[in-house]
Amino acid sequence: MSQHDVSKRKTLDSKIPEGALSEKWTQHKFNMKLVNPANKRKYKVIVVGTGLAGASASATLSELGYQVHTFCFHDTPRRAHSIAAQGGINAAKNYQNDGDSIYRLFYDTIKGGDFRAREANVHRLAEISVNIIDQCVAQGVPFAREYGGLLDNRSFGGAQVSRTFYAKGQTGQQLLLGAYSALMKQVNAGAVTMYTEHEMMDLVIIDGKARGIVTRNLKTGEIASHTADAVLLCTGGYGNVFYLSTNAMGSNVTAAWKAHKRGAYFANPCYTQIHPTCIPVHGDYQSKLTLMSESLRNDGRVWVPKKVGDDRHPSEIPDDERDYYLERKYPSFGNLVPRDLASRNAKYVCDEGRGVGPTKLAVYLDFRDSINRLGKDAIEARYGNLFDMYQSITDSNPYEEPMMIYPAVHYTMGGLWVDYNLMSNIEGLFVLGEANFSDHGANRLGASALMQGLADGYFVISYTLGNYLANVDLNSISLENESFLSAEKDVQERIERLLSIRGTKTVDEFHRELGLLMWDKCGMSRNEEGLKEAIRRIPEIRKSFWNDVMVTGSNNSFNQTLEKALRVADFLEFAETMCRDALERKESCGGHFREDSQTPEGEALRNDTEFTNVFAWEFKGIDNKPELHIEELEFENVQPSVRSYK
Amino acid sequence: MKKITVKLVVWRQNGPDEKGFFKTYFAENIDTDASFLEMLDVVNEGLVKNGSEPIAFAHDCREGICGTCGAVVNGEAHGPREKLTLCQLHMRSFSNGDTIVLEPFRARALPIVKDLVVDRSALDRIVQAGGYISVRTGSAPDANAIPVPKKDADQAFDAAQCIGCAACVAACPNASAMLMMSAKVSHLSSLPQGQPESKQRVLDMVSQMVKEGFGGCSNEYQCEVACPKGISVKYIAQLNRQYLLSAIKSE
Ligand SMILES: Cc1cc2nc3c(=O)[nH]c(=O)nc-3n(C[C@H](O)[C@H](O)[C@H](O)COP(=O)(O)OP(=O)(O)OC[C@H]3O[C@@H](n4cnc5c(N)ncnc54)[C@H](O)[C@@H]3O)c2cc1C
Ligand code: FES
Repeated sequence: MSQHDVSKRKTLDSKIPEGALSEKWTQHKFNMKLVNPANKRKYKVIVVGTGLAGASASATLSELGYQVHTFCFHDTPRRAHSIAAQGGINAAKNYQNDGDSIYRLFYDTIKGGDFRAREANVHRLAEISVNIIDQCVAQGVPFAREYGGLLDNRSFGGAQVSRTFYAKGQTGQQLLLGAYSALMKQVNAGAVTMYTEHEMMDLVIIDGKARGIVTRNLKTGEIASHTADAVLLCTGGYGNVFYLSTNAMGSNVTAAWKAHKRGAYFANPCYTQIHPTCIPVHGDYQSKLTLMSESLRNDGRVWVPKKVGDDRHPSEIPDDERDYYLERKYPSFGNLVPRDLASRNAKYVCDEGRGVGPTKLAVYLDFRDSINRLGKDAIEARYGNLFDMYQSITDSNPYEEPMMIYPAVHYTMGGLWVDYNLMSNIEGLFVLGEANFSDHGANRLGASALMQGLADGYFVISYTLGNYLANVDLNSISLENESFLSAEKDVQERIERLLSIRGTKTVDEFHRELGLLMWDKCGMSRNEEGLKEAIRRIPEIRKSFWNDVMVTGSNNSFNQTLEKALRVADFLEFAETMCRDALERKESCGGHFREDSQTPEGEALRNDTEFTNVFAWEFKGIDNKPELHIEELEFENVQPSVRSYK
Repeated sequence: MKKITVKLVVWRQNGPDEKGFFKTYFAENIDTDASFLEMLDVVNEGLVKNGSEPIAFAHDCREGICGTCGAVVNGEAHGPREKLTLCQLHMRSFSNGDTIVLEPFRARALPIVKDLVVDRSALDRIVQAGGYISVRTGSAPDANAIPVPKKDADQAFDAAQCIGCAACVAACPNASAMLMMSAKVSHLSSLPQGQPESKQRVLDMVSQMVKEGFGGCSNEYQCEVACPKGISVKYIAQLNRQYLLSAIKSE
């Protein structure tokens, strides 16, 4: 893409408030209109999702007085995928007195995101981070504490201060249970109506504004519509487009993709985070990958043998024949380099033939030295549950031999485009948490997704939603509105079509085929030729799916095969847009590594003149190329520089 | 890599009001490194390819934390290994030729949805009755304003690990939800933040548990054995003490 093309494209307004960086959010909160407390209960707000973002938003908005209707596909809100987060949550509390500050958290996050995130959003996130910890502790979240009774912190990849709050390796679980308990309190108070096992199947737009959703009841198959004055999507990430990922089996792109098909722009879909420390793939029956928290890199050292084809047991390989390649290449960050670097370097050493384990697609993460230094008990106290999990999956004891790890798809920085107020380009449609694209640029630092989900849900949306509702004129609508009826009919038809194919291949076979293609062509490293091939192949797989998939059972009962088929059908459309985005972004940045854009030493080479921007795609029909819109990113406080972790 | 073949005897039930029955399947040539649920995936792929309905089973994270999975395997909730969820069980725990009987978690308060899937919404309603600290967003003091002794924080964390899977209910001869409920009560009452509501919380949660049709506790300790998170029955004793004190005081 040349400069010339860029200037022709429509640019997007991010609605970033005026003023100095550190004053923007404070000023904006003051300038926004408020909804009179007595009027709040007249507004009905739909929240889709009960992860950190959705549960916190539902609880908070209902406390303010809005009528909140909350949906999730899980059988209880507490099972949202946030539950699986292990390592921790960042906050600029500076309880350790080690030089942390709001500005430093802002700076680290901007730099970690490879200068592809909005300064104003990230600064707001850093400001709010401190309130999140307060809120969670007050809810009873049992964070790790020191002997004096105060909160403990650990350091995490990409940071030189200890600002990560944690609850053993179950931080996401404890934070989600906190948000879930707040949600349950509001359900009990009659302030939230909870719909579990309801999957959002479409977004309904009336007079240009988001006014409701269509859902499928997963237990009965019933298709129903729900009206609203605003809709919040808090539906998580789309990493499962790769089939194998660390995401839970049910995580999907459906809600975001349906909104996209109704006009919401999809931003930076190609930005995927490949997490460096996961348990390697072991067989073709494999259904998902398991993450080993990156906090392990605090005490574990990553290495491979120096020699290609060195098959000795790791304990027989002396130190001077081991290559601690992260420590060697990045002496100041060592094993704690950001995820994209750690992942890519694991791929390089394996590509060189120095990988370990039966598949040779693994590297060691070795705790020998920390156990010698700190004792087994100290390591067990820090990582006990992770070590147990590793042993139960692999049958190998990490206290005695090094873990084997390999990168896996973990998080998606891309998502629906939102402005500073978390509103998409469709009025009244807000997007929170991993489902939006807003704060992590091209690479997310560890422990910052939990922070973002809770910032969005507890502390941002409460203001910005009010401002929207206070300024908008909404007509009264009913379920008889043509837009609801036709959306319901579309859903019905799609389901009937799937059930009537009765082909020869299972949904998983198609999903696996798509996933392998995506991992190969749009995974850790990408090139123009591969992406073009993927863009050619995906429609073929999609066509074959719609001709030859076997979906058993019926629509009017609990039918897991149908649920999966509906989700995979959406992945098969979405994947193409992801590849187009990767193709168009002819630079390497963060998790997006383009082979045609690297330095002579093989490090990622950004192109700030052409690509200091956000790509936001507009849907133009399934077999048509989406239209690209651009949001220019302006760096007024931090100068984009070459990210150096050496 | 080792491969085994096992015989599965599985509870099939088409819906909440339908009659259930056992049906036999063979899981052939299963890699012992595969997880139990991956073994079921393989069986289900075969069923779907033949146009038959696959065995419905609940699952999501497949790493032991979301609490979605669970079934009774040869009479034991979550299977033969201690402190593991069904999704963390691997086929290396079985031998070639084994017969594996698979049933849903059974309890009056947990109606069957389909095959091995049960409805656990009653557990949410117990939490709704009081399993929280009533703090509004934005009203919290600084997180370090109230120090919490490490011992109390650790106990709160231990109790808070419950994943809400309902194995404790399935394992209990009385189908009681006491372990799950007591873990929540102990988690909150171990912390200073949980004190103000601690008496009412116990009364409300216990009353909801009874209303949902769960049984009482008669110290069988089967729940602790079945719990994938190793939650201790000592929390039930703590709950009983708190309940008595609260009941006396509220009169
Ligand atoms: C294994 C793992 C470990 C992680 N560890 C960390 C960590 O240590 N620190 C950190 O900061 N981040 C971590 N992350 C990332 C972080 O957990 C997630 O990004 C974050 O929790 C996402 O929260 P969310 O609220 O946006 O979405 P989710 O928690 O994914 O919730 C999505 C919700 O939407 C609902 N939903 C989705 N689609 C529909 C639909 N169509 N209809 C109805 N409901 C729908 C689901 O039911 C669910 O309730 C980790 C992620 C993984 C996978
Ligand atoms: S599937 Fe989440 S605990 Fe087993």
